[in-house]
Amino acid sequence: MATLTVPSAVPSVSEDCEQLKKAFSGWGTNEKLIIDILGHRNAEQRNLIRKTYAETYGEDLLKALDKELTSDFERLVLLWTLDPAERDALLANEATKRWTSSNQVLMEIACTRSANQLLHARQAYHARYKKSLEEDVAHHTTGDFRKLLLPLVSAYRYEGDEVNMTLAKTEAKLLHERISNKAYSDDDVIKVLGTRSKAQINATLNHYKNEYGNDIIEDLEADPKDEFLALVRSTVKCLVYPEKYFEEILRQAINKRGTDEGALTRVVSSRAEFDLKIIADEYQRRNSVPLTRAIVKDTHGDYEKMLLVLAGDDDA
Amino acid sequence: MRKGCSKLLCEDEHQFERWNHAVLTNLKAEFKRFKDVVVLSLMHPWERDARLLKKALKKGHEQYNVIVEITCTRSSDQLLGARKAYHSLFDRSIEEDFASHIKGSERKLLVALVSAYRYEGPKVKEDNVRSEAKAFFNAIKNSDKRKVVEDDEVVRILTTRSKLHLKEVYEQYNKLSDKTIIEELEVDLLLKETVECLCTPQTYFTGVFGVALSDDANEDEKKALTRLVATQEGGEMKGVVAKFERRIEEKVKGAYKDVLVGVLAKDGK
Repeated sequence: MATLTVPSAVPSVSEDCEQLKKAFSGWGTNEKLIIDILGHRNAEQRNLIRKTYAETYGEDLLKALDKELTSDFERLVLLWTLDPAERDALLANEATKRWTSSNQVLMEIACTRSANQLLHARQAYHARYKKSLEEDVAHHTTGDFRKLLLPLVSAYRYEGDEVNMTLAKTEAKLLHERISNKAYSDDDVIKVLGTRSKAQINATLNHYKNEYGNDIIEDLEADPKDEFLALVRSTVKCLVYPEKYFEEILRQAINKRGTDEGALTRVVSSRAEFDLKIIADEYQRRNSVPLTRAIVKDTHGDYEKMLLVLAGDDDA
Repeated sequence: MRKGCSKLLCEDEHQFERWNHAVLTNLKAEFKRFKDVVVLSLMHPWERDARLLKKALKKGHEQYNVIVEITCTRSSDQLLGARKAYHSLFDRSIEEDFASHIKGSERKLLVALVSAYRYEGPKVKEDNVRSEAKAFFNAIKNSDKRKVVEDDEVVRILTTRSKLHLKEVYEQYNKLSDKTIIEELEVDLLLKETVECLCTPQTYFTGVFGVALSDDANEDEKKALTRLVATQEGGEMKGVVAKFERRIEEKVKGAYKDVLVGVLAKDGK
């Protein structure tokens, strides 16, 4: 469930554009106005605003925002204003350019989006970067990481509820064997994680637990320093219970000394219009404190205000 | 009609005039070919490709060339459409079926080919073209130690780069060697076909036409012609058709020929 709130009586697009232009003019910037408008518009509305703003004022709204805003607040507003496909394309491109073995953003995008959302991201990637996402992922990643990431970003998974229980049993057994032998990058593991539907993987993991007693995640914790293993673990989480994955990312971002704004911004801006409510509920369950309160404690200024608005807290 | 076709009939031991068996078989084959080309042409291209891929997968190794043909000669959106149709028709994704049923060194190549969503614009990065032509060169040089199709870099390049980029890599390779990539891959047939379909599709089409219209063409080779004709849109095929006009006149008969000529003509010559 989304946390984004849109007023029932939305001003016209030209009004929104006019207000935004006002927010930029004169000395300084009216950040509150920007938050009030952009923070309460859905993707379709934001796209229309961008289009109309460009036609009316001859300037790309994103460029105007870039000029006027700074730092974490700017990054959040920019990422948020993009529509989901372009946002994913941008995040993915950044991730390939400065890819390291601890970077999980590519996997996050590939596995938490629906098949069509991932597809739209790939299309946006063509348009924006004049190449395909998979060629960049293939070019910039290596070894086992490439072996796993390439199928993940290229997948167009079946999204129905049809599940083959016999197959689930066979593949649970297969996974158990491979994991016991620490063959985490084995072709069969990659095949299951990279091609099966989410429903099928879920059935397989349920069977795994029934048959072998442990959650597969527990069996994937053998070596805390193994970054590939960490990626496999996160892949499983993202495919089967993404809210737990995102809760963990948020928890680490907030608890970290000084806060990891990059991760916080990425999760809030990319999930606010999808499932941030579910993630926030999970956060509260796990940390005994509402996400919004943790955000207030850990951030400040306009950055904090925008985060709160996107997280559905309107008293900001 | 029976009176007029006395040649086709023969009296058997019961003094009953029946069709000459050989003629009958022939007639069935000709009509089937006609039926095939019509059905293929009329089906929605996405469904058609999804069904063709499923069939080729079932038949196994000998039909993997069909998989290469389809995945490499379709546009990015056409291939995507086939993947969508596959979901609807078979309640699975194409890549999971490929990954489960294809074994051996060609699995990586074929799974990656069907998963590609290639960039189709004009931009090509020269640095990459040069380094990747070199990668091919090295892989081919070491082909006695390891099959080219098992070289990760070669597979990466062929399954992720845009077709324009690949055509330039193909050209660039010619500067590094006196043989072309295709000439070097005579042993790796599937890989050779992949390169042909992606970099020099005209050669591929010409090859299929030539073989299918030759005197000793077998069923599969003739079927390949039907498939090409029914599934390719003008474009790359135009030049090829012109070359084979005379042979089509000579070798192909009846309704099938009309369809062939008609389907090819529809896209303009």
